[in-house]
Amino acid sequence: MNDTIAAISTATGVGAISIVRISGDEAFDIVNKIFDRNIYSFKSNTINYGHIIEGDKIIDEVLVSIFLAPKTYTKEDIIEINSHGGISVTNKILELLLTNGARLAEPGEFTKRAFINGRIDLIEAESVMDLIDAKTESARKMAINGVYGRLSKKINKLRDKALDIVSNIEVNIDYPEYEDIEVMTIEDIKKYSIELNEEIDDLLKTSESGKLIKEGINTVIIGRPNVGKSSLLNRLLDEDKAIVTDIPGTTRDIVEGSIRLNGILINFLDTAGVRKTTNTVEKIGVEKSLSLLEKADLVLLVLNNNEELTNEDRDLLEKTKDKKRIIVVNKSDLDEKLELDLPYVKVSAEKNDIEELLNKINELFKLEDINSGDMTYISNAREVALLKQAKESSENLINALENGIPIDMLEIDIRNIIDSLGEITGESYDNELIDKLFSRFCLGK
Amino acid sequence: MNFDAIVVGGGHAGCEATLSLAKMGFKTLLVSGNLDKIAMMPCNPHIGGSAKGIVVREIDALGGMMGKVADKTLLQMKMLNFSKGPAVRSLRAQGDKVSYPKEMQRLLKEDKNVTFLEDIVEDLIIEDNKITGVILSTGEKISSKCVILTTGTYMKADILVGDTRTRSGPSNTRPSLFLSENLERLGFRLLRLKTGTPPRIQRDTIDFSKTKMEPGDDKLYTFSFDDKPYYKVEDQEPCYLTYTTPETHEIIRKNLNKSSMYGGIKEKLGTGPRYCPSIEDKIVRFADKERHQLFLEPESRYFDDIYVQGFSTSMPRDVQEEMVHSLPGLENAKILRYAYAIEYDAIDSKDLYPSLETKIIENLYTAGQINGTSGYEEAACQGLMAGINAGLKMQGKEPLILKRDEAYIGVLIDDLVTKGVRDPYRLLTSRAEYRLLLRSDNADLRLRKYGYEVGLISKDQYDRLIEKENNINKIINELNDITIKSDKKMNGIEFIKRTENSISDIKDKLSKKYDELELEQAEIQIKYEGYIKKARKEAEKMRKLENKKIPKDIDYDKVPNLASEARVKLKEVRPLSFSQASRISGVNPSDIAILSVYMKRYFDEYK
Repeated sequence: MNDTIAAISTATGVGAISIVRISGDEAFDIVNKIFDRNIYSFKSNTINYGHIIEGDKIIDEVLVSIFLAPKTYTKEDIIEINSHGGISVTNKILELLLTNGARLAEPGEFTKRAFINGRIDLIEAESVMDLIDAKTESARKMAINGVYGRLSKKINKLRDKALDIVSNIEVNIDYPEYEDIEVMTIEDIKKYSIELNEEIDDLLKTSESGKLIKEGINTVIIGRPNVGKSSLLNRLLDEDKAIVTDIPGTTRDIVEGSIRLNGILINFLDTAGVRKTTNTVEKIGVEKSLSLLEKADLVLLVLNNNEELTNEDRDLLEKTKDKKRIIVVNKSDLDEKLELDLPYVKVSAEKNDIEELLNKINELFKLEDINSGDMTYISNAREVALLKQAKESSENLINALENGIPIDMLEIDIRNIIDSLGEITGESYDNELIDKLFSRFCLGK
Repeated sequence: MNFDAIVVGGGHAGCEATLSLAKMGFKTLLVSGNLDKIAMMPCNPHIGGSAKGIVVREIDALGGMMGKVADKTLLQMKMLNFSKGPAVRSLRAQGDKVSYPKEMQRLLKEDKNVTFLEDIVEDLIIEDNKITGVILSTGEKISSKCVILTTGTYMKADILVGDTRTRSGPSNTRPSLFLSENLERLGFRLLRLKTGTPPRIQRDTIDFSKTKMEPGDDKLYTFSFDDKPYYKVEDQEPCYLTYTTPETHEIIRKNLNKSSMYGGIKEKLGTGPRYCPSIEDKIVRFADKERHQLFLEPESRYFDDIYVQGFSTSMPRDVQEEMVHSLPGLENAKILRYAYAIEYDAIDSKDLYPSLETKIIENLYTAGQINGTSGYEEAACQGLMAGINAGLKMQGKEPLILKRDEAYIGVLIDDLVTKGVRDPYRLLTSRAEYRLLLRSDNADLRLRKYGYEVGLISKDQYDRLIEKENNINKIINELNDITIKSDKKMNGIEFIKRTENSISDIKDKLSKKYDELELEQAEIQIKYEGYIKKARKEAEKMRKLENKKIPKDIDYDKVPNLASEARVKLKEVRPLSFSQASRISGVNPSDIAILSVYMKRYFDEYK
């Protein structure tokens, strides 16, 4: 059972340092393969300087903390690699551990091992989780705590509704001869299940806000070359991060930067201008720009106020039409030559006039609402997953109703809804409860 | 006298226990207070019903006799919940109170391994916590290797009518006076339970024109997988539907304090069944309901009694007269037998292993109402399982424990030994979490192999099962290869999966004429494949924990950090697996986790 597990233990994102942790019988063997000093020579509970290497190449300058079993968090050998913060370096180190024999830890698996190996009891395990919560932004914690009761109430209300349907069906089944008990007809069930589905959906939508608070809004700035994307980025970040020239195609790689808007992180990604090009390097940049669109929470499509709409612009308008997007017409300080019958915001990166854009982002994501802490939202991955399960069951139910499936079969879907919702609040649990219990922990803890 | 087994009580549990032991080759003594009343139906005249009908089929699949006897003697048959889908369909037969017991008694008498004795058992002979025989009311001792108690409502039975309490079994039979006290002395925990029965009316004094006729189904059915129907559709006896009136409610309210339950009898009474309340209970609890349904059911072809289902009461006789005469159609009815409630001792079913052997005394088994259940079918299936398991133990074999995803019988027994009962336990479809797997139509496919293994199902019956299984597979394979031209080309399987289609639409395309039941089975398996798979997936999760055993000698006091309620409950139930432990109310997921860690640390074999 004890294979060796690894995970990034610090919060994802940019920080001064990141810690990658590895636990298990092979922890030393694996780290030794990617470390430039003899890891076996270090004593337990020491911190040691060295480099993470891949072949001859140095990946990062690191400090490794050595913990020998059994006096460790998991009662297994543990090594913690303290690297320079940064998503790519940290991910690279994790990747090296994984390619050298470690397995990616499941959420909460370190704590689960501590528990399974008998180091901590369940109550301690739960307090560890509280600790994780407490370490996060206090505002967020307060928000979560504040809404938690309301969330349970909402979920319980949904669950009760589903329970009502089931209990009524049950009565009909167990007492089929009694005419004076209200009979739950297919029509009734249909009506209830559509309501239920909508309510689950509403709740699920709030999870998006939860995700925004946690991870921020990934915003891709896209447009054909020289419409002023990099200038816009520099204005948004209020620093000259991207190189700005008059030469179209200056930006070939992705330039990143973040700001806080109403307390929510907005991660901007400036991309290479999209155009047909024969330059290999630029071509790669263009492809990258387009692939980033896929994962973006928000697209800022930049057009030039001073030019007429080109075919490349039209192409981009078409490509982004299903995304959450803001059309940004830049260079508003120059003569208006652009004709567009779509809603857009006007800015001038040159003149530092970007208020309208910021207001639009605010409005689009209702950032003020999120931050006021008024909303009941779900952010925990476990809860979202369970709610999605409930939603899937409720969709199955509606489908089955359409297809004339008999009541006894339908009930499986309703029961699944009840179980999924119940698991969120702890009313019910499924049999693989130990695994479930620990999936509440964030990854790597 | 020396016997392999003694069965105490000749009700539905006792009959199945006796017949299964005898069939397995054991010399079995059946002791009953009144041999003429063996297999009688003291309360409702029907067999089967929602969930219960499936149990009768399970009994038949395993080699029990209830289904076959009911098939031979029934007055009317219905398939309940037909439109609600295959998983909840269940047969319900109107039984005949004369010919049913007669037929069951015939089967018992024909078996050369069965000996009868008319007496009451009052004590047990115990040596080193093992049972070695029984002591009769006469003081006579009879020894045996094992004993099965199926005492029904007879332990310290009291009949309650109005303010009177009379020590007696149903229909003026002899109760057992001391057995329950002796069980308590041995360490069993006792429960006092109560149930009731409605008045019986003389048929020709009822004006049926004021009621609604409820005939049997037009289609013929049998409980047994071996039987062809013995009855004709047109020969079925109808039931009739009538309702209580505002006048009935008024009479009951006015006389409420005369009912045994509502003050007629001062001392605390046993706990009655929640699902089958007396009429006074219904009127008090559902005060705003204007009327309640009542079914008038024939009890036999051979006598005149009509049973008034839904009208059980413990009112004094004069009030019962008034109540009955307030019902439409019964204005001039003559009561042949008055309603009564009966109170009796039962044991705490948590004192049992899932084999129905008691944890306290080895080789002692209990089945039926003594375990806190109610209903003929619930009793019969326990009797069968106790008989089988007592037999297996004498053969030195492991007990047959049916899982919750295998049979309603498994659900029932697991509920009894894991959760215990507070009021008389009735099987409901809602108690079975995997009921899509536990259908009426597939009881033979689920259980016949077990019946064959323990020796209650003959080679001939088993061969027929195998043939049925093969034919079902053949049908499915053939359907896969058949091309149907509907709105588009599809194979037979895809065709049947569509809601509007049925297997009978295309059965002519099959290579031969298959049995209707085989076709039906193939159709259900095809049509509901997705749902059945879901249910199976759920069941597998349970199985996984079922395989994680808890040693019998675990000391829960040594398990650190258990919540105190969980500790108490675990000590009381002593579950055999993690799955069973997780079903105990008051044992939370965290307790299971703690227990799991404890086991990992302290028992090498669980690492």
